[in-house]
Amino acid sequence: MRFLPVLALGLAALLLGVLPSPGGGQTREVVVYSARSHYNQEPAFDAFTRRTGIQIRTLGGNASELFERLRAEADRTPADVLITVDAGNLWNAARAGLLATIDSPELVANIPAHLRDPEQRWFGLTTRARTIMYNVQKVKPAELSTYEALGDPKWKGRLCLRTSSHVYNQSLIATMIKRDGEARVEGLLRGWVANRPTLIGSDTKILEAIAAGQCDVGVTNTYYLGRLLAKNPALPVAPFWANQQTSGTHVNVSGAGVTASARHRAEAIKLIEFLSSPEAQQMFTDSNFEFPANPQAALNPVVARWGAFRADDINVAAAGEYQATAVRVADRAGYK
Amino acid sequence: MRRLGSAWTLLALGVAAVLAVPSLAVLAAFARPAREVWAHLWRTQLVEVLANTVALVAGVGAGTLLLGGALAWLVVGYRFPGRGLFEWALLLPLAVPAYVIGFAFLGLFDFTGPVQAALRAAFGPGARLPDLRAWWGVVVTMTLVFYPYVYLLARAAFREQGAATLETARSLGRSRCAAFRQVTLPLARPSLAAGVSFAMMEALADFGTVATFGYRTLTESIYRVWYGMFDRAAAAQLASLLLLAALLLLALERSLRGRARFTQTARRGGAAAAAPLRGARAWAATAACATVLGLGFVLPIVQLLVWTGDAFGGWRAAAFARLLANTLALAGTAAALATALAVLLAYAARLHPTRSVRLAAHSASMGYALPGAVIAVGVLAVLALLDRALVPALESALGRSVGLLLTGSAAGLLFAYVARFLSVGFQTVDASLARIPPSLDDAARSLGAGAGRTLSRVHLPLLRGGLLTALVLVFVETMKEMPATLLLRPLGLDTLAIEVWARTSESMWADAAVPALAIVAAGLLPVAIAIRLGAGGLPRPER
Repeated sequence: MRFLPVLALGLAALLLGVLPSPGGGQTREVVVYSARSHYNQEPAFDAFTRRTGIQIRTLGGNASELFERLRAEADRTPADVLITVDAGNLWNAARAGLLATIDSPELVANIPAHLRDPEQRWFGLTTRARTIMYNVQKVKPAELSTYEALGDPKWKGRLCLRTSSHVYNQSLIATMIKRDGEARVEGLLRGWVANRPTLIGSDTKILEAIAAGQCDVGVTNTYYLGRLLAKNPALPVAPFWANQQTSGTHVNVSGAGVTASARHRAEAIKLIEFLSSPEAQQMFTDSNFEFPANPQAALNPVVARWGAFRADDINVAAAGEYQATAVRVADRAGYK
Repeated sequence: MRRLGSAWTLLALGVAAVLAVPSLAVLAAFARPAREVWAHLWRTQLVEVLANTVALVAGVGAGTLLLGGALAWLVVGYRFPGRGLFEWALLLPLAVPAYVIGFAFLGLFDFTGPVQAALRAAFGPGARLPDLRAWWGVVVTMTLVFYPYVYLLARAAFREQGAATLETARSLGRSRCAAFRQVTLPLARPSLAAGVSFAMMEALADFGTVATFGYRTLTESIYRVWYGMFDRAAAAQLASLLLLAALLLLALERSLRGRARFTQTARRGGAAAAAPLRGARAWAATAACATVLGLGFVLPIVQLLVWTGDAFGGWRAAAFARLLANTLALAGTAAALATALAVLLAYAARLHPTRSVRLAAHSASMGYALPGAVIAVGVLAVLALLDRALVPALESALGRSVGLLLTGSAAGLLFAYVARFLSVGFQTVDASLARIPPSLDDAARSLGAGAGRTLSRVHLPLLRGGLLTALVLVFVETMKEMPATLLLRPLGLDTLAIEVWARTSESMWADAAVPALAIVAAGLLPVAIAIRLGAGGLPRPER
């Protein structure tokens, strides 16, 4: 049994070897808690470091869990910046006092008013449109109009939806509730549910299901289609811009805020300002086919091909404000 | 002697109390009962979700018991072509995380996958397989991932019984089957019960797989309330239902283990002679093992390899080696810690089988039934509390800022791993310890050895197999662990599982194939070592 302590010691030594050394105060750095899936390979981060010499250290995670960690670490958190993939979680972090107000004329100029916190504790950096997707061989664009119209019986058995447990759908429902009220949105969801949609836990899978003919229409974020088209330009799926005659297509943001106890506040603001610049915005749209939040940035050609559309200009903070309500309404409507 | 015994008890109670805190922190959420959320859930989904959970856990329990038990008996009791290979290869699915098998299966058998595409090409657009996103799909997937728990423990128990017990039964006129039913199986009951309870706890706590399949269980509701309604307190209250279920499972396991004392004096007469199977029956046995191995291991691995071909370019060797080193170091340390503490708890319970020690050991094991993120939040609360208490004092003593000591430290993460996986170590060690006859303790003690010396000179050598099993199980569990790692890891300490998360969270399955394969490969190593060193078997008597 002598091998056990030896094993334990050996492993402890190995562990000490791989532990990151505690960051000294000398190097200029920003610590980012990011819910973006590619938190450790953002081209825009590398560009920022090249430009400024400021190092970026990231911790990736789910937004809700990063929120818990920020709250537990309180005023001693090493985090300077929180990045999420939806407005709801930024709204929630701001409400809990975890984000500080950012006073930056540059950010205010770069990011349109409806894509940032009215109190300027967070700013959208990329726009994510969630709209109707259709199989171009089976559906004519003229058959499509609004999110609500997907509840029309003609789509019975032809509709693929993501579950309502995902924040992207919760945000979509939440902004609709803010605009139209609970009762009307519940009716809309009941319409979807009555069409017996195939529920799929991933936007990519929904697009593949539409391409393969499992269903004819669905609702997803557009950048997933961008990624698939980049691999296979012949994929028979196209976006239809929903609600152009009414509220506009639903958009969410991936955005950032500075933590209330940031040690590197100046560097943190500098990072977010850089990320809002046309140069960095271009990198977001090129690397992940998202829409830039800064209207001065050019679109990636794949994205540009889908044409201009009118986006819902409701403040994206509504996604947070009404998210809990959205979950309840979905539950009541039987939308799983 | 009494004083020493109480020292063991006190130590065990202390350790158990510390480890139970994260699970019990869940109960603290009842300070503000979320009546309105409960009412809402009751009206909209609670019944369905509970029924789904019970159906899933029961299905996985039955499935793993049948599959794991039958396969173990097959490889121990019979000779057939390929038996030598299958004996260890059947453990391999253990190294594959359930969520990985889940997304590999969906990738293969979903409407959009190659199998159904081929069917449509051959038989027209109407050709379909039944939808995998259903109860049976999840049960089959989880059974294929979790049966090795039962197989591992059952195989060890069957082998340890040796020829003597079986031969005695045979000489008394029982057929081989009847002897198995009436002697071998009842003797193996504690091991079978432990294995099945692992599988059921895993199914109870799982979120990744059920989410992939869109099968709504209680964990799904917990996350829906937490992430969706921003209401972590209500989510924790829901999670207490899982604790309740875990206690029920433990009680069930105890009652299955029964009142009988299952001890064996020694392995007499070597391993039971395996009966040769001939002709069609032999090939049927080979085919059964091959099918399970093919579905649970080969198929998902091939799918991952295919995806790897699509996405291999994006990996840098240095970064990858670091992920691997981090993963191995964390898993190795957690395995050693959890096993050592499991020995402490199990041994204290053996020395003084009082209610309080048993209860302590069980409450320390409850973490296994909670979803990783829920227990991780409990750990986070404990760490933050300690930091708030310790850091200001330390800072005034040192005269400089030290930031955070425990929150976001490797120590904190290891604490979470141990709190979550102690159960695996404890049950394995406890089941092995129970098979050592108390007369050995008495003999050692009457010769003047104290409790510690008896443990190190008598029990630990006899426990070698059980300890290795515990080490391997905790190691593999830790390596696959995702939610607690995600929430508690130090800045910059990324692991293979984190890398899988980073890619699958945006459903880039193909990109996740490389780290997922690495997890499997790294898990194979300890499984192989355990097999070589004869995990689960009692060592031969020394000469």
